[in-house]
Amino acid sequence: MLNMVLPWAFGMVSLALLLSLYRLLVGPDVPDRILALDTLYLNTIALLVLFGLLQGSALYFEAALLIAVMGFVGTIALSKYLLRGDIME
Amino acid sequence: MDVSTINLPLAVLLPFVGAAVVAWAAHFHRVAAAWLAGITTLLALGVLYPALIAVFAGETLIQSWVWMPAIGLDFAFRLDGLGALFALMILVIGLLVILYARYYLSAKDSMGRFFAYMLTFMGSMLGVVLSENLLQLMVFWELTSLSSFMLISYWQHREDARQGARMALAITGGGGLALLAGILLLGQMVGSYNLSDVLLAGEQIRAHALYLPTLVLIAIGVFTKSAQFPFHFWLPNAMSAPTPVSAYLHSATMVKAGIFLLARFFPVLAGTPEWSWLIGTVGMITLLVGAFVALFQHDLKGLLAYSTISHLGLITLLFGLGTELAAVAALFHIINHATFKASLFMVAGIIDHETGTRDMRRINGLLKYMPHTAVLAMIAAAAMAGVPLLNGFLSKEMFFDQAVVASGESLWGQAIPVMATLAGVFSVAYSLRFIHDVFFNGEPVNLPKMPHEPPPFMRIPVDVLVVLCIAVGMLPMFTVAPLLAVAVQGTLQGVPPEYSLAIWHGFNEPLLMSFIALVGGIAVYAVRKPLFAWYESRVRGQQLRHLYDWKIDKLLQVARGVTRGFDRGSLQDMLFWVLGFTLLMGTAGFLSSAAPLLGERVLLPLDAVSLAVGATLILASLLSVVLHRERLIALVVLGAVGLVVSLAFVKFSAPDLALTQLSVEIVTIVLLMLALYFLPQYTPRTSAVWRKWRDGILAGLLGLGAAVLALAVMTRETATLADYFVTQSVPGGGGANVVNVILVDFRGFDTMGEIAVLALAGLGIFALLQQIKLYAPAEDSSGRAWALEANPFILQTFSRVLFPLMLMVAVFVFLRGHNLPGGGFIAGLIAALAIVLQNLANGIGWTAQRIRSDMHSWLAAGLLVAAGTGMVAMALGYPFLTSAHTHVHWPVVGDFELASAMFFDMGVFLVVVGATVMILVELGKLNRLDAPTPVLQGEV
Repeated sequence: MLNMVLPWAFGMVSLALLLSLYRLLVGPDVPDRILALDTLYLNTIALLVLFGLLQGSALYFEAALLIAVMGFVGTIALSKYLLRGDIME
Repeated sequence: MDVSTINLPLAVLLPFVGAAVVAWAAHFHRVAAAWLAGITTLLALGVLYPALIAVFAGETLIQSWVWMPAIGLDFAFRLDGLGALFALMILVIGLLVILYARYYLSAKDSMGRFFAYMLTFMGSMLGVVLSENLLQLMVFWELTSLSSFMLISYWQHREDARQGARMALAITGGGGLALLAGILLLGQMVGSYNLSDVLLAGEQIRAHALYLPTLVLIAIGVFTKSAQFPFHFWLPNAMSAPTPVSAYLHSATMVKAGIFLLARFFPVLAGTPEWSWLIGTVGMITLLVGAFVALFQHDLKGLLAYSTISHLGLITLLFGLGTELAAVAALFHIINHATFKASLFMVAGIIDHETGTRDMRRINGLLKYMPHTAVLAMIAAAAMAGVPLLNGFLSKEMFFDQAVVASGESLWGQAIPVMATLAGVFSVAYSLRFIHDVFFNGEPVNLPKMPHEPPPFMRIPVDVLVVLCIAVGMLPMFTVAPLLAVAVQGTLQGVPPEYSLAIWHGFNEPLLMSFIALVGGIAVYAVRKPLFAWYESRVRGQQLRHLYDWKIDKLLQVARGVTRGFDRGSLQDMLFWVLGFTLLMGTAGFLSSAAPLLGERVLLPLDAVSLAVGATLILASLLSVVLHRERLIALVVLGAVGLVVSLAFVKFSAPDLALTQLSVEIVTIVLLMLALYFLPQYTPRTSAVWRKWRDGILAGLLGLGAAVLALAVMTRETATLADYFVTQSVPGGGGANVVNVILVDFRGFDTMGEIAVLALAGLGIFALLQQIKLYAPAEDSSGRAWALEANPFILQTFSRVLFPLMLMVAVFVFLRGHNLPGGGFIAGLIAALAIVLQNLANGIGWTAQRIRSDMHSWLAAGLLVAAGTGMVAMALGYPFLTSAHTHVHWPVVGDFELASAMFFDMGVFLVVVGATVMILVELGKLNRLDAPTPVLQGEV
């Protein structure tokens, strides 16, 4: 069952990746691009989990966990920069 | 362990330990620093005491451990009569100076810093005089130059202090290089760097073809350190140091280090015409120039400085005469000069302290304001002039006697006693000026302060020294004789010659010379007014110091010219040359190789996901180039590039790299955002069109070359070093994660160096950012006002919840690191990000209240833990950083491989957290200074 689903899932997440990339390319505003980067992080997490399922290895889940734990810090910094300029007050 | 077998290194290292303790203690109580410095000195004296007893009984102590036999470096100490004399002077006068400085330093001066430098200097001096190995002596010699630099520039806010310190360092440091060369030659000749061997090889060295260069090189080291002509000018410029420093450096220690070497090498190098000409002539010139210029100084300390130069010249001249009796006189004068000059500097400091000036044209008639101090000063100055019944008289008589003995037949020889008497005349004249100008000569002129006696404890060191001057002068046989005897024995390394310390030798030539000097000195002082006028108009301004400044300026000009020839201050230009040359060499490499471009390996199959990821990487990279003028957007796009790269690392089984790349990526974004706040948001267009084409073509070609090269390498089967590490990881390092085992075990020493650099970089950035004030923009680049809410509530709440979770991930990654992807570096980055997140979401103040520990201590703890792990291995008899590992069974976790390298990894972790958080938070604090409050729309 899993073997049947996985290729589809890979295809769809890759498509999502490319769509995020498109948003990153065209913008038009900075917030669009920041959101695109954040979505790219999400896509990456998904890709890693799928890859872990495919390989049957838990190591990839940990990489995914790490992205989940840390990836949003960059988004926070970028967003706060837009709001306040000074990100550490 | 028996203390008496290690007491020499112990005495040398004690002041260094004391310096750290003193600097730390000063945080709690100012005066504690002075007390601890005094106690350290007493302890060092106590530790040396049994050894001194043995030396006075005629022994020579040597305590030696093999250190680096391959280069002839031993950790070796030696105490003989000469070393004992100097060690005693360094410690006893050091003790008096510490007591004096306690009262001299004002409430504004940092006691901890002063006494820490002072003890460091004391330890370095002890190291110089107690070293058995010449290379080790060299290390301490350089340390004295460095620590005296810190002492002279103690008042860092003063331009003249900084300049004087720089000059002293440049001159003595340059001399140190010459000395090192001389010592290396000496070692080559003898085949050993140990003094015991060198001292026995005098005949062999003097007959050697390299004798003359060795002598000249060592002499340059001696002359620079001991302020001999023509290198003497740094000493008066070092007078901008606090007076206790001058009293210490210029009486008993720093400048005597050069003299010490003369005495040390006396049995080896002396006794040849070259020695006498070089050392004697320079000593004579210095003696005369110093005494002459001293008379014309209006600054109290300037007078003492030139007088010091003159007396150093006298001692050098005595050694230069080369006879054993002259060496005795030199050693005797070393002791006497140390006592009276230290007390005179202290008096100068008291006068400066109590009147607010050191200008002798203004301080007059102080006798009635500070009678006690005046009496002390007059006695010490009389000793300096060589008045009978004081110690200066005895050694000066010996000097005159030796001058007469050396005169011989030649015209030049006849000149020696004449010039010696002339120097005596000037020395009496300037001593008289010191006494008469300061304590008599009418009333004070326009003093900043009303003069009065200093606090009693400030005077006690002077009391002690002046009593010594009198005691030695009147009863030499009962006071100084035993010390002088062992010092002579230690210097000459043989049977000491017959000499008499009596006060009265009958009517002879030396007495006549003394008489002429006294009368002549008074006469010169009597006609001082026209002399001063002549000096002001003719001689002043002809100083060597100007030549030095001019040379330094020229040197800088030439250096700048050379630099500008290559570096035009344009990054594009520099990159063009470097990359262009790389391209050239790479192309040559490709063309000259006959092998096929691609190897035999079968390529991996291509799948759609990799294609999508690859496309993302390429497009995002291209985009970052196209949009690089809009800095914020370029940053966002770069974030995407980094993310995709780490994904690629995962795909090609480098999870460690992926984790590191991810963490670094986030930290970089935060760092750049912090900086971007103060920078322009857009990069202006500056390059001409042709340059863009040139650079674009160059970059494209280089990229192509790199890609082809990577393909060529990756398609070949090659045996790499990696195989060795992979097979050795578990048996040799006790961990299955090869990357981590390499970092903390196989290449532990590299990592040690890297975390030290990281810690230094953190500290450097911290220091650089301290005085910076930056004005924050009041609105964003499109002119909109900033949002009102500093820390959104939702963000605050979630970030706090996340904190323990992120730390848990860090702990997990850390513990597992030795066997599976992870380790101290990645864990450190995660923990640092956790802390940075709190700063982002809750503000710096909020976080600082909750995480109270200072990041400095994290850095220190990390380095200590890492170095400590290595030390433990050494203590157990293995090389530095040898790792041990074992299996333990933990209750929940299960079987676990525990390696000592984990402690080392802990050090890495602490340093990474400390440096990252320190740098980011310090950058975040930048705008807290003077930031204009933003004008809010609708509120005005």
